Amino acid sequence: MFLRVLSISAILCAGLCPTSSYSQTIKVGEIGSMTGSEATFGISTHQGIELAIKEQNAKGGVKGKKLELINVDNQGKPEEAAIGTTKLITQDKVIAVLGEVASSRSLAMAPIAQKNKIPMISPSSTNPKVTTIGDYIFRVCFIDPFQGEVMAKFAAETLKVKKVAILRDVKSDYSLGLSDYFKAAFVKGGGEIVVDQTYSSGDVDFNSQLTSIRSKKPEVIFIPGYYTEVGLIAKQARKLGIKVPLLGGDGWDSTKLYEIGGKSLNNSYFSNHYSKDDQAPSVQTFVKNYEAAYKATPDGLAAMGYDAALVLIAAMEKTKNLTPKEIRDAIASTKDFSAVTGKISIDDKRNARKPAVDLEVKDGKFLYKSTVSP
Amino acid sequence: MIRSQSPQHLVLGDMAEFIQYIINGLSQGGTYALIALGYTMVFGILQLINFAHGEVYMLGAFAGYYTSNFVLSHQLNGKINALMNGAADQSTTASAIVTGVCIIVVAMVICALIGFLVERLAYRPLRGAPRINLLITAVGVSLFFQYSGQLLFGSDPKAFPDLFENLEPWTIGSDDNILYIEPLKVFVFATAILLMLILRHVIFNTRLGRAMRAVSFNHDLASLMGIPTDRIIAATFMMGSALAGAAGVMVAMTYPKVEPLMGSMPGLKAFCAAVLGGIGNVTGAVLGSFILGLAEALLSGYGTPTYKDALAFAILILILLFKPSGILGVHRTEKV
Amino acid sequence: MTPAYKTEDKNQSSGIMSLKWWLTAVAAAWVLNAWLPGVMSSYYFDILMLAGINIILAVSLNLVNGFTGQFSMGHAGFMSVGGYVSAYITTQMLASNPQMMENSFSSALVFVGSLLLAGMAATIVGYIVGLPSLRLRGDYLAIVTLGFGEIIRVIFLNTEAVGGARGLSGISQYTNFGWIFTFVIVTVFAVWRVVHSAHGRVLLSIREDEIAATAMGVNTTQGKVRAFALGAFFAGIAGGLFAHNLSTINPQIFDFNRSFEVIIMVVLGGMGSISGSVVAAVLLTVLKEALRPLQNYTGVDLRMVIYSLVLILMMLARPKGIFGTSEISDFLSSKKRAKA
Repeated sequence: MFLRVLSISAILCAGLCPTSSYSQTIKVGEIGSMTGSEATFGISTHQGIELAIKEQNAKGGVKGKKLELINVDNQGKPEEAAIGTTKLITQDKVIAVLGEVASSRSLAMAPIAQKNKIPMISPSSTNPKVTTIGDYIFRVCFIDPFQGEVMAKFAAETLKVKKVAILRDVKSDYSLGLSDYFKAAFVKGGGEIVVDQTYSSGDVDFNSQLTSIRSKKPEVIFIPGYYTEVGLIAKQARKLGIKVPLLGGDGWDSTKLYEIGGKSLNNSYFSNHYSKDDQAPSVQTFVKNYEAAYKATPDGLAAMGYDAALVLIAAMEKTKNLTPKEIRDAIASTKDFSAVTGKISIDDKRNARKPAVDLEVKDGKFLYKSTVSP
Repeated sequence: MIRSQSPQHLVLGDMAEFIQYIINGLSQGGTYALIALGYTMVFGILQLINFAHGEVYMLGAFAGYYTSNFVLSHQLNGKINALMNGAADQSTTASAIVTGVCIIVVAMVICALIGFLVERLAYRPLRGAPRINLLITAVGVSLFFQYSGQLLFGSDPKAFPDLFENLEPWTIGSDDNILYIEPLKVFVFATAILLMLILRHVIFNTRLGRAMRAVSFNHDLASLMGIPTDRIIAATFMMGSALAGAAGVMVAMTYPKVEPLMGSMPGLKAFCAAVLGGIGNVTGAVLGSFILGLAEALLSGYGTPTYKDALAFAILILILLFKPSGILGVHRTEKV
Repeated sequence: MTPAYKTEDKNQSSGIMSLKWWLTAVAAAWVLNAWLPGVMSSYYFDILMLAGINIILAVSLNLVNGFTGQFSMGHAGFMSVGGYVSAYITTQMLASNPQMMENSFSSALVFVGSLLLAGMAATIVGYIVGLPSLRLRGDYLAIVTLGFGEIIRVIFLNTEAVGGARGLSGISQYTNFGWIFTFVIVTVFAVWRVVHSAHGRVLLSIREDEIAATAMGVNTTQGKVRAFALGAFFAGIAGGLFAHNLSTINPQIFDFNRSFEVIIMVVLGGMGSISGSVVAAVLLTVLKEALRPLQNYTGVDLRMVIYSLVLILMMLARPKGIFGTSEISDFLSSKKRAKA
């Protein structure tokens, strides 16, 4: 009885004491890894998001209110991402959360956003499980099965190869997922995986894996990793006399790839969300503004962060009262939204349906090859 | 290796593959050896696992990164080239080597300074304190460099400038039996051996070396004998750190990616290698490093490379259980 | 614990140490569990829960590092074993027997059962890791335990049954304030009792002078292995609580940086002081969150830089930590004595 009285009084108190005050800005939360071993991904994404928010504020914000971005660093740790999400929602009273790059951290954030009924958009978590947590969880990137299929098709139809070697990053769920779906699609199409080798992100020496791959004589090597390792892998592969094309996914998209890998990356292809050299005005303005703001060329993660923010802003503008519920519904009804990384539609599983592009790496430039629509 | 179309062909191809693994392993072992040499020296004199050694190695790589960017942006390499040959654009590889050596020297000096400061500020005040306190401090210094490095340099990986762009790998044989050897890795390998020989000379044939051995054997007694122990320890630290700096630059040249967290894993692995060879013993450190490099290369080639990170620790545990003094180490009995 | 001793520590039977007090504390934890969410922001509530898990980790590590003097750096490994075992059990139960897990009573039963199994699994691993400590000491033991922790992590990374790098996700959030603080109290109680028993004096004698202890006929081997196993048991339970709090785990969560975090807590609190570990665990967990706003001013996250500096300065200025080897109750009783 005592307990019940206590809890009732507690609820009463919580209801009576006003904790949220009316504010002049619209608060948007962002969780990212600003330090730690995956900081480079978090910082790119953050800059993309920040740019989108700044541009919108320059245009007068949303419904006459300025947007305020509150960023929380999770140091690359899922539990920090979780408590950061709680902080953003309960302390800062954000009405939406953007993040995270890595699926492992998005999976820790999603239950909290779902429980508090605050919409969350992940810019680039590709693990299909993330959006299955609940109906408030979205993503603006394509998921592993689609990208795996795109690359398998590219290998079989454009490059016309039958024997592929896979070199996957065993520490990254992104790389594992992409490898598995690529493998399934490629084998289904009549191809053969001659060898499936592994490395761990953070490694710098891949000679032994590459020597073993070389002995199996593949026609193409599929390396679904991040640019942080792929540059080194390409360099070492060429120095071991491996001349076959290298193939990868959106994790490759960064100028760092060429800075590290150099000429070794010629004759390589990867699938991406967009092509930086796309002449569409939205892409060109984004690239120009980003370069002006951060003195760096935007990479794939920056573009995805930018788009996640754009989708959120567009959804906010569609609502009447800016309640989280309305924003959720508006995000869910996103259809053919023109973003930097193509036309985004959110499907009934809250995943983005959007085209992928195949790019060729040539002397530091990413040349556009073809577009694949889902 | 001869070419052959007979059934033996396959065997020869496998043989070539095996030899390639040996080459890969030795070159990887060379990078571990460079780090392990400094590690083993510091351990030898203080009986301290200097966790920060891997971070000094990282700082060395960054020192090299900024120096070489400075050199390239001011075209100092052209001037070095001109000084050497009297004319520019002649024998660029030779000038690249000179530039490379200059960068290594700069990094060594910077790291020696860092090593001196770390020893002076963090370790010396703890002389006489329980060894566990020293160990905890070392962990603290290591974490401090990792995180302040991220603030200072940014946490994105940096591409180390390619000084030896025109250097093509040497090849032996052809087709299936071809072997590739990278000149830079031969350089790393040779440097590791050379530094080991120099260190051996310093330790066994100089006054400083004799003092170092005395301090290592018994700190208090050495002090009673009139050996300035603090100065000897500082000198050892600076030498060890300079070696780590050299290792950082050389590894960054062969694997052109530098980042603030690059030191912790290689540092731990190099320590394992040093224990394997016999801690405190410079020959042992190099030997252990090559064994570890070979083991990793063979595991990656014939087994599962994903267990590579565990291999060094597994070796460490086994060696400590069955021969704690390592392959070349001398067993010291503990006295009451 | 088997009572192989006859002399009772006077601390055990008097005042603060009575069983009644501990049971009241457990009851209070559950009352707070029901009451606090209403009056407290769930952010602060979550911080308290994290602090509780950290207390379990710090106190159990203190048993090994502080009281027994065996410097272990592999606590994250034991935690991961516990986390994986308990998460695997509950997710499998949920998949095979969904009705049973809907019932809050039976699901709680499965949860606690999984925690105990997690603790036992970690104990077995702790026993294995403890074995080398029979032959190694000091720095060597430290790096070997660190190595064991990494090996455990790499094994999980390569085990497809627990998801490899993807880890386990969709773990039900059974952990609540009540469970965490029940286990905090159990941990503190158990470690307190052990330390103040004859077993505890064995551990202390190993810490103070192992050779002298052996000469006095103390079975140091047994003492060390027991300390490792018991420390691992509670680390395993903390891992299980952690997994069911976060709802997703992967091998990267349990790398050696996690062990370092716990070590910092133990060292700051004082190696050999249970109260010290509790205070340091709470302080550091809260401080980490309190320092978050700092990021708004500096633009960069300075927290780990501050932590590492504090660790170094602590070693230089006050190496025995905040509490040294004394407990809060020592201060209380000395005050009492002073009054009388």
